[in-house]
Amino acid sequence: MTRASLDRRLVSGIERRLFLGQSLSIGALTLLTGCDITDQDRVQQVLRGMSRWNDLAQAFLFGHQRLAPTYRESDVVRDFRYNAFFPVAEAPQLSAADYRLELSGLIADKRSWTVEQIQQLPQQSQITRHVCVEGWSMIGKWSGPRLGDFLRRVGADITAKYVGFHCADGYSGSIDMASALHPQTIMAVKFADQTLPAKFGYPFKVRIPTKLGYKNPKWVTTIFVTNRFPGGFWEDRGYNWFGGS
Amino acid sequence: MTAHAREQAPVRVPRHPRAVQLHPLSRRLMHWINALAILVMIGSGWRIYNYYPALPLDFGFPDYLTLGGDFTVTEALNGEDGLANALAWHFAAMWVLVVNLSAYLVVGVASGHFRRDFLPIGPRAFLHDISAAARLKLDHRLGEYNAVQKVFYWGVLGAILVTILSGLGIWKPVQLQELTWLCGGYEFARVVHFLGMAAIVGFLVVHIALTILVPKTLVAMVFGRASHAPHTRNGAAQ
Repeated sequence: MTRASLDRRLVSGIERRLFLGQSLSIGALTLLTGCDITDQDRVQQVLRGMSRWNDLAQAFLFGHQRLAPTYRESDVVRDFRYNAFFPVAEAPQLSAADYRLELSGLIADKRSWTVEQIQQLPQQSQITRHVCVEGWSMIGKWSGPRLGDFLRRVGADITAKYVGFHCADGYSGSIDMASALHPQTIMAVKFADQTLPAKFGYPFKVRIPTKLGYKNPKWVTTIFVTNRFPGGFWEDRGYNWFGGS
Repeated sequence: MTAHAREQAPVRVPRHPRAVQLHPLSRRLMHWINALAILVMIGSGWRIYNYYPALPLDFGFPDYLTLGGDFTVTEALNGEDGLANALAWHFAAMWVLVVNLSAYLVVGVASGHFRRDFLPIGPRAFLHDISAAARLKLDHRLGEYNAVQKVFYWGVLGAILVTILSGLGIWKPVQLQELTWLCGGYEFARVVHFLGMAAIVGFLVVHIALTILVPKTLVAMVFGRASHAPHTRNGAAQ
């Protein structure tokens, strides 16, 4: 074989492979620009699989006694943001007279609770940072009984995997038992030392400073304990379930 | 090696013995996995940024450059308009990047690649090369990194590290709160993360521009080997 023909073959081979390489990188670029790929079933499956893996990783990183940083009174934001998937005018207005907190699932004492009974439980306060999955954050002050104390008081099976919530606005959510028993996880009946306003979840919001905002349900009407994965409103729409911070 | 090949060999060896770029398969694989993971993280990160910009500027990334699904399609399919998708991409690619980059660093140190190819960088060599580059007179010799390149590679490694650490600080402001604190708190960690991304994008722009100027570097990074062709470099001598 002559050198010239060898060179030509080499060059055409390289060109062919270069073309292949370029097509591959163009394919990779359409990953970024082509919006179609994300919505394919298989891609969604892979992304959800990775999200389950991230749940495990976050449960591993979670420290049972690791406290969220706390701040001073002067750090508290006065005009705290209202945030829900509906406008503030549509926020549920629950009345103490009609409200009952229902308990279900792996709980021994399933008697329902009135607002007054919940408010009479020993309370603790915290000034912590609320972090939204969108990226904004605000420091607020919340007070209320510990969820862990409440669960023990009603004889919940604290060896179960999940604690779930149903809310008056149709929202639902669930958390891991370890986070439910965390010392800073509270049933916040007060915001900034005042009775929790309707727009922030009256009669109570589950305040979990070790989790993102969407893991802090408002207007809670049912607490349940289960070993079956309950999912949740935003989690069913693709947000990560553990949502830890 | 056969006798035939040995006879052919002198023809293929360029005049400058170092003017051959060799990339072992492991490095090429890790380079391209890295490239893909970083592109996914940038595209999804831009979408996430748009939902609540970290910078106090009236600036957002064009939606067509972001990764996270078509707004209306994904709203119809999943009941949300694409932030969940972008986050899912971001935290999936995060694992690919961290695993792959760790492997790259371990191999780079253990094989001597970093020491041999990225070091030493003398201040005089750097000044010489950067002034030559500014006058567009810096030759690229395959198989050898000039001082500007070396600084660039260390720089982008540093930027990736800062971006990963600030990203962890944003992801885990409770469990990794020391890291968040180190980044100046939760809000400022988002700014640091953004600046780290900007530095990586800046590197990519130069990196890709230079690859277009010296396409053989791409040949080497795809096929493992590139050298100056005999007929252009020393064809006259033969």
